[in-house]
Amino acid sequence: MLSRAEIALVWRLFRHDAARNRKRIALTVLAIAWGTLSIVLLLSFGEGLKRAFHRGKNGMGEGIGVLWPGSTTRAYMGLPSGRTLSFTDEDADILKGRIPTIASVSREYATHCPVAVGTKLVNARTRGVDPEFGDLRNIIPRSGGRFIDTLDLDAKRRVVVLGDGLATDLFGDADPVGKTVRINQSSFLVIGVMQTKVMMGMYSGPDKNQASIPASTFKSMFTGQKVQNFVYRPVSMELADEAKVEIYRVLGSKYRFDPEDRRALGIWDTREDQRIVGNIALGIQMFLGVIGALTLFVGGMGVANIMYAVVKERTREIGVKMALGAKMRQVMAPFLMEALLMTVMGGVLGTAAALGLMGIIAVLPLKGEAFDFLGRPTFSPAIAVATATVLGTIGTLAGYFPARRAASVHPAVSLRYE
Amino acid sequence: MEQAKTTMIRMRGIRKVYSMGHVEVEALRGVDLDIEGNEYVAVEGPSGSGKSTLMNIVGCLDTATTGEYVLSGETVAGLDRNRLAEIRNKHVGFVFQNFNLLPYASALENVELPLLFAGTPAKERRERAAAMLERVDLADRMDHKPTELSGGQMQRVAIARALVNRPAIILADEPTGNLDSASGKGIVGLFDELHANGQTIVMITHDAAVARVASRVVRIRDGQIVEDRRAA
Repeated sequence: MLSRAEIALVWRLFRHDAARNRKRIALTVLAIAWGTLSIVLLLSFGEGLKRAFHRGKNGMGEGIGVLWPGSTTRAYMGLPSGRTLSFTDEDADILKGRIPTIASVSREYATHCPVAVGTKLVNARTRGVDPEFGDLRNIIPRSGGRFIDTLDLDAKRRVVVLGDGLATDLFGDADPVGKTVRINQSSFLVIGVMQTKVMMGMYSGPDKNQASIPASTFKSMFTGQKVQNFVYRPVSMELADEAKVEIYRVLGSKYRFDPEDRRALGIWDTREDQRIVGNIALGIQMFLGVIGALTLFVGGMGVANIMYAVVKERTREIGVKMALGAKMRQVMAPFLMEALLMTVMGGVLGTAAALGLMGIIAVLPLKGEAFDFLGRPTFSPAIAVATATVLGTIGTLAGYFPARRAASVHPAVSLRYE
Repeated sequence: MEQAKTTMIRMRGIRKVYSMGHVEVEALRGVDLDIEGNEYVAVEGPSGSGKSTLMNIVGCLDTATTGEYVLSGETVAGLDRNRLAEIRNKHVGFVFQNFNLLPYASALENVELPLLFAGTPAKERRERAAAMLERVDLADRMDHKPTELSGGQMQRVAIARALVNRPAIILADEPTGNLDSASGKGIVGLFDELHANGQTIVMITHDAAVARVASRVVRIRDGQIVEDRRAA
């Protein structure tokens, strides 16, 4: 659109103007920088929040369902309503074997009992689970540890995976892996400690305060306990509803309740919550982005304002260029370029300031739940693209309208303009 | 500059009406004018006579309300602004009373401007602009900014700029109006020299004495040509 000589002239023109209106141009560039700083910081805080939300919403496990026994509310096949159901071990195999839309299942037994090391004693929720539980419920061992496996299950080994909070309560800063804890007076080998995670949804308390042992070990230790619930994951998100219907049908035929009797089983489908949380995070980020964009827009007004003044100042020059044969675009281009130049300068300045600030925030020792969500502004390529797009749009608009004014100047009239 | 005996400008029944609110002002009331190649024409008239309007129309800065105008074979009527800009760029070289050089650009860059707008490649642009500055005796001032030049030198830069795209006509509006008499004489001498080399020149002036240097004087009063006299 512009030859190099024309760009060189625009640059010269800008420097010429800048030298004459140093303060005005500096303030305008500063306004753009401020707007850019706002938009980058707000979007980055939003991004940090979104990522924290994302981690949090998957904290309990991604796309899982939790299944509890309920009680019937309808009479069915000669059986009265109000029967309380309870699950048995083999239900896990039934769910896995007869429902193809379910990918994996784990039992969950649980009881509160004393967990002790030396003289330290904590009354913690101890649960008996299958190896699948770790993956389903997002309980990932720290390096050096592992989760319960099938050998542990088959051999009814006395091994335990501790929640990170429980591990700290019992062992302080020392690494518990390989050490022994007493659960209900029996010795258990610690094989893993859960990685710290953020949970936005939970049942029966946070995972960090719980101990997981093999389901088989649990059964032999706490006889008479029934399966409290199952945790399962459908083959895909799209098949989650189908899996739910199947669970009612299959368990309904086993326990003889009406598959339409919703209260016979309790199912927490976390998919819905996760979608909502995801949307909230996105909404917050968009809201922050809009606020930032509006701030930047005010800066854009400043640029447009300056450019209108510049067009007026250069009316005569515009006339001269027209007389020498400049076409519309050749008259307009310098104004567009100057506006963009100011915008880009402000944008670079603002982005640098924002990144600098975020660098400072990153090294601040911020601890605590609130900072997990708010204290971690994160710059991302998407933010860079969004900021550049907003800046480019504003710069173009701020240049376009004044440039159009310039091109609408009548050459014969402008040559007489003083 | 072999432009002799071709019709550069042909005007028939040119009228220009400005409407200012409800009042209509007729600045030109039927002007017929023919200018041949290699003529040196002075258009003379007091302010308000319509000579500026005539100059705007001759220079394609404005278009006539009615009438026919052919410039160097191109009919100038109903053209859009970009097309008019092209015609100005190709056929008209402007010289203004107050030079109208871009203050932030060097003499060479100022002379390059018409070529820049025409899209001439950089190397050719530079060479032609330099050659033109040499022709007006400013070879040693190419990199000077206008503020570093005298009035006479600035006007010579402007003349080089007007000539650089080899226009059909040079249209000069009071070219000596802002110059001291010595510099003014130099410019008049330069015009004489250009004319001698075949350049067609139209000079607008309110000064009858300046008009006398031309080979033909067209006097305009109240929007009409009242005298068209060729020197013997």
